[in-house]
Formats: sequence, C-alpha cells, structure tokens
Amino acid sequence: MTQLSDIKIKDIDVLVIGGGTAGPMAAISAKEKDPNASVMLLEKANVKRSGAISMGMDGLNNAVIPGHATPEQYTKEITIANDGIVLQKGVLEYAERSFGMIQKLDNWGVYFQKDETGEYDVKKVHHLGTYVLPMPEGHNIKKILYRRLRRNRVVVENRYQAIRLLKDDDGAVSGCIALATRDAEVIVIRAKAVVLCTGAAGRIGLPASGYLYGTYENPTNCGDGHSMAYHVGAELSGLECYQINPLLKDYNGPACAYVTGPLGGYTANANGDRFIECDYWSGQMMMEFYNELQSGNGPVFLKLDHLAEETIEEIEQVLHTNERPSRGRFHDGRGNNYRTKMVEMHISEIGFCAGHSASGVWVNEKGETTVSGLYGAGDMASIPHSYMLGAFVYGEICGQNAVEFAKNRSLPALDDSFILSQKERILAPLQREDGIPPHQFEYKLRRLVNDYLQPPKITKKMDIGLQRLKDMERDIEFLYARDPHELLRANEAQHVLDCALMAAQASMYRQESRWGLYHHFVDHPETNNEDWFCHVQLYKDDNDQMACKKRPVDPYVIELDEEEKTAYQKMRIQKVS
Amino acid sequence: MPTANQITTVPVVVDNDKCIADKGCRTCIDVCPLDVLWIDEKTGKAHMRYDECWYCMPCEADCPTDAVTVNIPYLLR
Ligand SMILES: Cc1cc2nc3c(=O)[nH]c(=O)nc-3n(C[C@H](O)[C@H](O)[C@H](O)COP(=O)(O)OP(=O)(O)OC[C@H]3O[C@@H](n4cnc5c(N)ncnc54)[C@H](O)[C@@H]3O)c2cc1C
Ligand code: SF4
Ligand code: SF4
Repeated sequence: MTQLSDIKIKDIDVLVIGGGTAGPMAAISAKEKDPNASVMLLEKANVKRSGAISMGMDGLNNAVIPGHATPEQYTKEITIANDGIVLQKGVLEYAERSFGMIQKLDNWGVYFQKDETGEYDVKKVHHLGTYVLPMPEGHNIKKILYRRLRRNRVVVENRYQAIRLLKDDDGAVSGCIALATRDAEVIVIRAKAVVLCTGAAGRIGLPASGYLYGTYENPTNCGDGHSMAYHVGAELSGLECYQINPLLKDYNGPACAYVTGPLGGYTANANGDRFIECDYWSGQMMMEFYNELQSGNGPVFLKLDHLAEETIEEIEQVLHTNERPSRGRFHDGRGNNYRTKMVEMHISEIGFCAGHSASGVWVNEKGETTVSGLYGAGDMASIPHSYMLGAFVYGEICGQNAVEFAKNRSLPALDDSFILSQKERILAPLQREDGIPPHQFEYKLRRLVNDYLQPPKITKKMDIGLQRLKDMERDIEFLYARDPHELLRANEAQHVLDCALMAAQASMYRQESRWGLYHHFVDHPETNNEDWFCHVQLYKDDNDQMACKKRPVDPYVIELDEEEKTAYQKMRIQKVS
Repeated sequence: MPTANQITTVPVVVDNDKCIADKGCRTCIDVCPLDVLWIDEKTGKAHMRYDECWYCMPCEADCPTDAVTVNIPYLLR
C-alpha cells in the first residue's frame, strides 16, 4: 500500500487547470494582479498548441464594440437566443469588458481586421446586432499568450491530466490530483484557489463518421472539468441544452455563419434554396436544419457556388489556413470545389459547451462556482454563447478573483485517505493483465449516447439509454490499459461516462421543449414557461446520487420588448420559393 | 477478458529521411494535443503510435524539416 509520503505534492497559491484559451488568460491575470502570488497552469497537452485555438481562430464571434453594439443590446440578444434562461448579470459583465479585452489583445499583438479608416471591421451575422470581427491573421494567438505566460513567470506544467479536485473540511477546494500522461505518475497539487478552464465536453456523442476523435471540439476536451466539478460538489447548469452544431458532413470544421455568411455564402437545401433566416448558431436554427434534413428537401448544403472568384479565394484563404487548416485537404480528397458545387453539411454530435450553447458548470458574474475557492471560465462554465472572447474575459475575471481569494487563505490541509484511494482507482487499469480497452469502452458508450440521448428526446428512449449507461458503470472495474497513454484514455472515458449520465438526467428532468433542437423533447413538445422558466441545476446529493433541482432565473437587469422575445423563434423563411 | 491485436491505418505520415529526431528534435511530439506522436524505437524517428488524431496540424506546421504530412483519417476521407 502506498503512503502519502510516496506521492509528490506541489504547493501553489492559484492553480489554473487547462491551458487553452481561458486558462492562460486566467494565469496571466492572476500574476498581473499579484506578482508575488505563485500561479501554476496545468495542461493535459502542451500550452503552446493546446485547446480550441491551437492553430488560431477565424475571428471574434461576439465582439461588443462601441459604435457597432452596446452591452445592453448584446445582453438582450443573448437573452433572446437562449429563450430567456440566462444569468443576465453574467452576460452583461462579459459585454461590458469585451471591448477592453479586445484592446488588451490588440496591444499584445493580436491582429483584428480593420477597415480603411483604421476602425474595427465588424460584420453582421446575428439576428439583431452586429458583433463579428474577423481575424484573418488569427494563427499567432497561442504564441502571443505563451510569451505573456513566460513574461509573467507563470509555472507551466504540461502533460498532466487533472482527475479529481480536493477539498478541505470546510468544503473549500484545496487543489487537485493529476496524472502524468507519459509516465503515469500520480501527483497532488495543493492550492488555495483553483480555476477550471478545461473546455467543452466534446466527446459525449459520436460523430456520424464513427471516428472517436473526429469531434467538433478538440478531443482533449472530454469533460474532465465537468466530471471533476460534479464530484467535488459543484452545481452544473443547463446540461439539457446540448451543444449541436451545423458542420460539413464528415469534416468537423464549422462552415457558414461567421466566415462565409458576411461574404454571401449561406445554408441551402438540396434545391439550392435558403431556408433559414439567420445562420447564427442557435437551437432554433438547428431545429430548422434538422427539419430540412428529415424532409424531402434534404440534405443540407453550404452554398458558395454563386459567389465571385475573388470572394471564394478570400473564403478559402481564411477557412483553409487558420483554425481548421486540414479542410482544404478534405475537400481535395472528395473532389469538392466551392466554385462548382455545394458542399454537403450535417449535424454534429452532442456535447456540453457554454461557448456555443449554455451548458456547463454553474458560475456567476464573478466566475465563482458553488464551491468555495473554485472558479470556472470558458467553454466549461455556464455563461452562454461566450466563444473565444468570453473565454478570455472570464479567464481574466477568474484569475483576478482567485488570486484575491488565495490571499486570505493559508495552505489547506490534505485528506490523505481520499488521495490514496484515488491514486489506486486512477492507476487500476494499468494493474490488470487483460480487460476492456478504453477505446472500445468509449465507442460503445458514445454509440449509446447517439442511439438514445440525442434529440429528438423521447422518455422511453432516455430511460433505456440511462439504464444501459448505468450498466456500463460496472465495466469500469474491467478497464485495461497497457501503457500510460492508454491509462489517460481510460480515465478520460470514465469522465465521458459521467457526462453522458448527466446529459440524460438533466434532459429527463426538464419536462418541456426549449431551445429548438437542443432540448426537443417529443413527449413534452411545448415550451412551458409557467413551470420551466428556470435553470436546471445538476449536483451530487447527500447520498452521492445525481440529482437535479430548479434555480429561478435572477430578475433581469435589462428588460426585453415583447416582440423581441420571439425573434429567434421565427427562423424559417416564410416565402414559398 | 482476453484481447486481440488489431491494426489500423493512421493519418499522419513522417518522412524518415527528413526527420531529425535522432538529432534530438521532438517538436511534433511536443505540440500534438492528443499525444499520439512518439519515437519509433525501431527507427529512432517520430511516428504516429495511436490512431487518435484531430487532424489539427500543429505537428506538420511546426516541424523544422517538413517531414510530417497530416492526411484526413480514412473513416472521414
Ligand atoms: C473548431 C472550432 C472553431 C471555433 N471558432 C471560433 C471562432 O471563429 N470565433 C470564436 O469566437 N470562437 C470560436 N470557437 C469557440 C472558442 O474557440 C472557444 O469558445 C474557446 O476557445 C474556449 O476556450 P476554453 O479555454 O474554454 O477551452 P480550450 O481553449 O479548448 O482549452 C481547454 C484546455 O483544457 C485542457 N484540459 C482539458 N482537460 C484537462 C485536464 N483534465 N487537465 C489539464 N488540462 C485539461 C485542454 O487540453 C485544453 O488545452 C471555436 C471552437 C472550435 C472548437
Ligand atoms: S518535428 Fe519533424 S523533425 Fe522533429 S521529430 Fe517531428 S517529424 Fe522529426
Ligand atoms: S494533426 Fe493534430 S492530433 Fe493529429 S498528430 Fe498532428 S498535432 Fe496530433
């Protein structure tokens, strides 16, 4: 039996978990606020090239820039796009800090598109306001963040998977247990405050191709943070509001709204006709997409073949060099050419992501979760539609607040027996001589998610799905890993299972339909504001069971006009073509 | 539960003539977010050990000798 003295323990003031987008900003902001504090950035991959923006980004999807949009207008737009279920204070806080963050990044050398007069060249994509700012040179963003991490002397630890959060006797978070992914060493990082920035839970559903790693999200983002937050006792919110995106068929790159939309491209049906009013990603838009796929007019296509040669070249320049540069290769292999034919599109697998929808670990406008000392930013936290700029803004908020929290706290005590039992649990697959390989376990689990959990949601199917997933919990003791890399996958797969169970539980709890396709519940087809105008919070109850409860929506700080409320429900083009 | 060995075609190809891993280079291995590139013990060069690729391309973009080619995984091609 190992003892605690065999385990390496590192002490730090602020621990940031996940070095993609929000994480580096959180770590840098904590150091900028208090240069004497010790700050560690723990990353499963390598911060140089990790996360959703590993190769760069095509643009800001939600920039609130004076002269083009106001924070109030943006807050309204996001409230409406989310059918009213939002913490408006959280959205407004983002919107008010959005322009400051753009200026900060601009000062750091991130290049945003400007027009002839030197003003930001903002484009209209959303239904009501104007918020999209292209970044044709978006590929240097990780380098710039990395330089700032170095300059601020943030301690960077690459190739560690955080697996469980620790807490002290008062219930405050006290660090994490992590696994070195190349040599399977289990270590403890004791911290006075922790910021979770682990990104979306992108490996819940299975892409239609059947390739486990062909997900929309960077597959390192498998829901570790969601699972860790759940197990330490934090509430998660809106998990029934799945992330589902319109993508190219078999290729996980986004296509339409933000890059091609402003240049005249659009989503069309098999006849080449437009059928949605607004390509901005929302549940209602996805519902129309789904309806068209099911109808005789499907499948759905990205239509660019009507555009001028220069425009297509401009689109290719952005789409094939920045965030998903393998896209050109995919098209070449299929003989696709934007000039001559429309490109088939499809619906992505389901996931949790506040960056694009509203599902995640609950945080308030200070980035605080419901567990003391634990903060959350970016795709894994619940501030809706936050995208890249939201990850930066909440990274900054969390970094500043976490370092403040840490200042007033001494190093917490550690729970030895918990740490030792977790170490044993984490390493168990490596001790076995045979058993279930992680990829097989994960394939089955995600196939079940597609069969039973993906919309349209049906009670009977959800019941079966939940039962089958619970049966899979019994397979965990047979997971088998031959090397440290497979051990990483075995631990990830267990978090994917947690996320799938959470998706099912939250979906069954909300007995209405809302957010278009995201929560299209066939047994309860109507939106029921009387009973369900609330957040659904998922948490671990006193008996260690998954439970849900309602949380009232906080009074709005910005009221909506009557006709604005339904703006996103009128997505289908009315005219008969 | 007994197991079997199954093979799979992998999307990333390293040109052994160009790869300078024997001179200490580990760039592609360092940057891969999925940690699927390792040193092949037989050749001493980088290779794709696990078929778990997001075809995101930092490995190819950052390789100092242009030794890496990222293809689209067969299932999606
Ligand atoms: C393909 C794609 C295109 C997009 N395009 C745009 C766009 O054009 N404009 C826009 O504004 N937004 C866009 N977005 C959204 C935007 O990129 C994200 O909202 C934002 O980058 C999320 O930041 P994050 O820090 O939450 O997650 P990430 O940047 O993904 O970072 C999460 C990090 O956590 C690490 N991690 C995960 N688990 C662990 C663990 N257990 N231990 C340690 N580390 C861990 C991961 O390795 C990763 O580095 C896009 C997203 C994708 C996937
Ligand atoms: S980056 Fe290029 S040269 Fe370096 S190890 Fe990889 S393939 Fe070889
Ligand atoms: S394409 Fe991306 S995931 Fe695939 S080997 Fe290269 S860096 Fe790794």
